Amino acid sequence: MTQTAATREWLRRNLFSDAWSGLTTLLLLGGVLYWLPGLIEWTLVKAVFRPDAAACGAIEHAGACWGVVAEKYRFILFGRYPHAEQWRPLLATVLLLLVIVVSGLRLLNRSGLFAAWVLALPAFFLLMGGGLLGLTPVGSDQWGGFPLTLLLATLGMLLAFPLAVLVALGRYQSDLPLLRILCTFYVELVRGVPLISVLFLASFLFPIILPPGISIDVLLRVQAGIVLFAAAYLSETLRGGLQAVSAGQHDAASALGLSRWQAMRWIILPQAIRAVIPSIVNSAVSVFKDTSLVTVVSLYELTGALSLALAGDAEWRSYYLEGYLFIGLIYWIGCYSMSRFGADLERRLAAGVR
Amino acid sequence: MNSRRWQGFAAQAVLAAGLLLLLWLLLDTTAANLHERGIRSGFGFLREPAGFAIGESLLPFDSADSVLWALVVGLINTLRVALPAVVVSTLLGTFIGLGRLSPNLLLRGLCKAYVEALRNVPLLLQLLAWYFVVTDLLPAASAALEIMPHVFLSKSGLFMPWFGGGGACLDLPVRGEMTISGGASLTPEFLALLLGLSLYTAAYVAETVRAGILAVPRGQSEAALALGLSRVQSFRLVLLPQALRSIIPPLTNQHLSLAKNASLAVAIGYPDLVSVANTTLNQTGRAAECIALIMVVYLVLSLLTAWFSVWLERRTGHWAERS
Repeated sequence: MTQTAATREWLRRNLFSDAWSGLTTLLLLGGVLYWLPGLIEWTLVKAVFRPDAAACGAIEHAGACWGVVAEKYRFILFGRYPHAEQWRPLLATVLLLLVIVVSGLRLLNRSGLFAAWVLALPAFFLLMGGGLLGLTPVGSDQWGGFPLTLLLATLGMLLAFPLAVLVALGRYQSDLPLLRILCTFYVELVRGVPLISVLFLASFLFPIILPPGISIDVLLRVQAGIVLFAAAYLSETLRGGLQAVSAGQHDAASALGLSRWQAMRWIILPQAIRAVIPSIVNSAVSVFKDTSLVTVVSLYELTGALSLALAGDAEWRSYYLEGYLFIGLIYWIGCYSMSRFGADLERRLAAGVR
Repeated sequence: MNSRRWQGFAAQAVLAAGLLLLLWLLLDTTAANLHERGIRSGFGFLREPAGFAIGESLLPFDSADSVLWALVVGLINTLRVALPAVVVSTLLGTFIGLGRLSPNLLLRGLCKAYVEALRNVPLLLQLLAWYFVVTDLLPAASAALEIMPHVFLSKSGLFMPWFGGGGACLDLPVRGEMTISGGASLTPEFLALLLGLSLYTAAYVAETVRAGILAVPRGQSEAALALGLSRVQSFRLVLLPQALRSIIPPLTNQHLSLAKNASLAVAIGYPDLVSVANTTLNQTGRAAECIALIMVVYLVLSLLTAWFSVWLERRTGHWAERS
C-alpha cells in the first residue's frame, strides 16, 4: 500500500507536478508510443541480420539491413589493409586502447605509465607497418578504418599537448614580446579557420614548400595538420588555466628560492593543467570526432573506409544508412565514454578543492 | 634586471633572425618547386574564366564568369546555409536547453538523450547520413510526399510555393510525371547541410543555455518568487537577463563554429566557399592562393563575429574583465 503511495507521489512529482507538466507528459508519451513501434520494427523485427543481399532487397527498407555490416565489417573496420593480415591492426588497436584505458583509470604509477606508452606506440607502428620480425610490410597508404582513426586522434592529442604548453607559455610570459605576438598570431589564425582548410594546407601545400628531395607521407602530413589544429585550441584552454593560478603562487615560489623556470615547472603549470583537465578531455573528444574529416583529403579512416566499402558495390550500395549507424555507434561509444570520464574527473577534482 | 632585459633583447633578435631565415628558405624552395612544376603564382587567375559550373547559386553564374565571381557565389552560398542554420539551431537549442531543466522527468530525459546522441557523433557522419536519407530514401519526384498543401518533399529536394510574377500572386509547385515544376525549390544538398548543421549545433546551444541558466544563483529565482512574481515573470525578468550575460559569449562561439563547419559542404557537394575554392584548386593547381583565400575569408568572418559579440555583450550590460 505504501509502495503504491510512494509510486504515486513519484509520478506526481516527476511527471504530473502541474497542469503543464501533465500535458507535456501526455503529449511526449503519445509521441513516443506513436514512433517507438515503427522504430523497433525497423531496427529489430523486420531487420535482416544475415549478409544476404537478396533478403535485404526483398524487404525494401521496411526493416534495417544489418547484413551490410555482417558482410562488410572487416572492410569498414580495417579499410584496405590486406585481408589475411588484419589480425595485426586488430591487435594494434586493442593494445593502444588498453594503454589509453589504463592511463585513464590510473592503474599504473607514473613510470609504469611512461613505459606502457613508450612500448605501445612503437608496437602499434610495428604491427601496422610490418617489415620486421617476419611481418610483411604494409604501406601506410593501405592503413585504414578504426586503427587509423585511433592513431590520428591519439597522436593528435599526445603531440598537440606539449606544443600547446609551449605556445601557452609563450603567450603567458612577458619578457619576449615578439614570441608572444607570434604565439598569439598562430593561435588566433588556426582558431579562426575551418579544420578542412588546415587539412588542405597539409595535403596540398606541404609538398610545395618542402625541398625537392624530401617527400613526407600523406598520413604524416595530415597528422601534422591535426596536431597544429588541436594545439591551438588546447593552448587557449591551458592559457585559461595559467591565468586561474593566483599571483600569490608566484610570490610564494620565489620566496622559497625557486627560479622562474622551476616555479613554472613545479608550482604553476601543475595547478594550471589540473584546473582545466575537464576541458582537455573535451578537446580529446573533439579531436576524435574531427579525425573523420581526413576522408576529405583521401585518407580512409572509419568514415572513409565505409564509403570505400559501399561505393563500388552495387549490391550493398543502398544500405549506407545502416553503415552510418554502425560507425556512428562506434564514434558514440568512444566520445560518450570519454565525456563521462571527463565529468567524473571534474567531480573528483572539485571534491579535492577546499 | 638590466642583464635580463639584454638577454631578452638578444633572444628576440635571434628569434627574429631565425624566423626570417625560415621564411626565406620556405619562399625560396616554394618558388623553385613551383618553377619546376610549371605552376605560375599570383592572384591573376582570379580574373580568368572559371570554366566550371556551380550547382546552385543566388547570384547569376555561368562557367564563363571569372574565378573571383565563382568564389563570391561560393561565399554567398556559405552564408545562405549558415544564417538560417544559426537561427534554427539557436531556437531549437534554447528549447532543448530549457527542456533539460524542466521539472518534468520525461521531457528532461528526452532532451538529454538528444544532446548526448548528437554531440557524440561527428558532424561529417551526420551530414553524410542526412544527405543519403534525402537523396536515396525519399521517394522520386513523381511520387513526392506532399507534407503540407503544395509543399513537396522528394529526392529532388523541397518544393514550396513562392511569390511569382512580380510578387503579385503565389507560384504553386505542380507535381508532374517526372519532375516538379514551379514554386521555389531547395536542393537536397542544401537541405541535408541545413538539417545537419542545425541539429548538431542545437545540441551545443542547448548545453550553453543550460549552463548559463544554472550559473544564475538559485537565490535569484527564489527571491523573485518571494516577491510575488509568477514563474514566467521571474524567468523573463530576473533569470533570463542574468543568464544571457553568460550565454551570449559562448553562443557566438557556437555560431562561429557553425560557419566554419559549413565548410563540410565539400563532402556532400554543396557549392560553398570551400567547395568552390577546392574545385578551383584542382583545376588551376594554385594551392597556396586558394587556401589563403579560404583562410582570409574565414578570418574576416571570425573578426566580424567577434566585434558583433563584443557589441552584443555591451548591450546586455556585461563588461567582461578580459585580459
